[in-house]
Amino acid sequence: MDTALTILLDGLVFSSYLFIVSLGLTIIFGVMKILNVTHGSFYAWGAYAAAFFIGLAANAGWPDWVGFLIIFASAILVGVVLGLILERGILQFMYHRDEVLIVLATFGTFLVLEDVILLVFGVDPYFAFQPMQLLGAVELGGIARDAYGLTLIGLAVTLALGCWLALKRTRWGKLLSAVIFDRELSMSMGLNVTRVYIVTFVLGAILGALGGAYIAPTVSVAPGFGVDVIVLSFAVVVIGGMGSVPGAMIGALAVGIVRALAVHKFPQFELFVIYAVMATVLVFRPEGLFAPVKARKI
Amino acid sequence: MRQFKKAAIAAVVAAALAPAGMAVAQDKPVKMSVVAFLSGAAAGPFGVPSRNGAEVVIAAINAGKLPAPYNSKGLAGREIEAEYIDEAGGNTKQVAEYRNMVEKRGVDVALGYISSGTCAALTPVAEELKKLTVYAICGTPRIFEEAKPQYVFRTMSHATSDNVAAAYYVKEHFPKIKSYTAINQNYAWGQDSWRDFDASMALLTKAKASAKLQWPKIFQGQYSTEISALLLDKAELVHTSLWDGDLESFVFQGQTRGLFKKKKVIFTVAETSVYRLGKRMPDGLVIGARGPYGAIVRDRPSALNKWFIAAYKDRFGQYPSGPAYQYAQAVLAVKVGYDAAAKKAGGFPTQDQVIEAMKGAEFESFSTNVKMGLGNGHQAVTENGYGITKWDAKAGELKLEKVKFYPAECVNPPEGVESVEWIKGGMKGAKC
Repeated sequence: MDTALTILLDGLVFSSYLFIVSLGLTIIFGVMKILNVTHGSFYAWGAYAAAFFIGLAANAGWPDWVGFLIIFASAILVGVVLGLILERGILQFMYHRDEVLIVLATFGTFLVLEDVILLVFGVDPYFAFQPMQLLGAVELGGIARDAYGLTLIGLAVTLALGCWLALKRTRWGKLLSAVIFDRELSMSMGLNVTRVYIVTFVLGAILGALGGAYIAPTVSVAPGFGVDVIVLSFAVVVIGGMGSVPGAMIGALAVGIVRALAVHKFPQFELFVIYAVMATVLVFRPEGLFAPVKARKI
Repeated sequence: MRQFKKAAIAAVVAAALAPAGMAVAQDKPVKMSVVAFLSGAAAGPFGVPSRNGAEVVIAAINAGKLPAPYNSKGLAGREIEAEYIDEAGGNTKQVAEYRNMVEKRGVDVALGYISSGTCAALTPVAEELKKLTVYAICGTPRIFEEAKPQYVFRTMSHATSDNVAAAYYVKEHFPKIKSYTAINQNYAWGQDSWRDFDASMALLTKAKASAKLQWPKIFQGQYSTEISALLLDKAELVHTSLWDGDLESFVFQGQTRGLFKKKKVIFTVAETSVYRLGKRMPDGLVIGARGPYGAIVRDRPSALNKWFIAAYKDRFGQYPSGPAYQYAQAVLAVKVGYDAAAKKAGGFPTQDQVIEAMKGAEFESFSTNVKMGLGNGHQAVTENGYGITKWDAKAGELKLEKVKFYPAECVNPPEGVESVEWIKGGMKGAKC
């Protein structure tokens, strides 16, 4: 029983992490049809910014709970600054070009931003453990769990609900749905698609940065931090269906639970289990589990 | 007459330049590439101290300021011209970089390399290009056990000694341990480390290995699920060869969840974090330095050790950790080879003469004695040791207590015997 509960909790924690880091990627793809490799940079910059400022706050003697404010502030700061620079500085000139070229442009930008991290933060890892230590551990399923890890589940649920409400219950969400459905038609109806693109890209960047910033207190934030997350979030988005928020949620849950099961019961399979899930889904549904329906243009 | 004047001037100029030209040719520096992780997760704990260690010793060699008996200037009298290369980017990139440095930039010695994967990939290339290559750290024993490279050397012990020493330490300090499990990165380094530790434990103790071992991928960083599995496992001891940022993430995550209070954990490489994490590293961790290096030998009173610590601290403002010692040792081994070869040859030696001199060499390094005792004289053996972390509030630093060293002949297989065969065969010939 303890093992089952532990597997479930481990699966949910990892799923939540995957969902948070995949959400921005899938939103950007859904609206803009851009496979954004720079997402890894948003994640890494978010983590570095949070770790750096949390360290500063700790050195200044500020209370540890300030770290939580810093996490969200760092995500917004990084998302807005980097998102605007990339969308206005590079991507807006490429929308009419081939999708592969845009992927290459984002990949190039990712490499540049990785090196800029080295220039700005150096090669020494940053530690921002204060928020995790503040919350301490709780006993669940017969073992101690870090309470901070459990808050990931709450954050993921909040983000999922927030996205659903924003898309289904607000005017902006309806406009966004229209652009997702048909960009040209939306423009012809007088919709300011450029603004929708800017807002979407910045929002996606903030979510990517939030993933990194929130995970920063649990790890050593080091160069190369954003590389693995691209592969992981791509896998989740492909499983769920590119551009689908519910798909990202289901994809993250599937990967997280199966991985937790593998680690506890068949640890030798841990390395490839994520890709096994992806391959299995793609065999039966090449477009992913919840790929948005495409309108047929005549 | 005019023709004669021209010829005379040309002869004078040629005569004036000739000795200078010859002198330039004689004083041509030895080009050395020093390769270490300068970016990526391994840069902070491993790559940067490695480069720094090499830099301190290269500068001292060029100035002739190493303590005796290494106080002659340069390598066989010639200055070292060092270039520092990033090891990050994977094996394909490193192979291409190696070819560039040898074939295009004419490097005389390729030195360094931290990752076992990189060393395994480079060895056949080094043999193909016939270039003196000195591995400073990478741990997998397979390099000299699966082949007999002629141009490649490794100047510290391989992973077998780390894990045999770990098993001895467990046997002596925690004799009541009944079962053990592990978390190791899923590639050559992690797999070899576990293989040797498990085989040694089976030989030296009655403890049983857990059926469920954790194999996260390298640079994973997140260990929440693995820590849950370790906590649920009934094994009392956890073996790990985690290194770089992975090691430090694991320490933070494990500490929050009480892993180190519930289990005894033995880290084969964690010395790299002693100075970096300080108080943030919990008490009671059993840690090694992959040999007698770094914090584990800080109090050794030899002149070379005192000089190295002082020079490093003076240059970088901190104590040298294990990787700094290991790269410094690799550079020193090259000096030993060049100087011995030059003495024998009566002049600046060829590469083949240097290789011949390095084969089987024995020399005093900064913190220990090194013997190129395995792999037909190409693989070093040294003693190996472990200690237990304890925060010293008075001194304000993390210290190691109950430090125990095991002689090279105790924790390394004899020449010509593969590590696994040696351990499984009862460690015949071991002198402890």
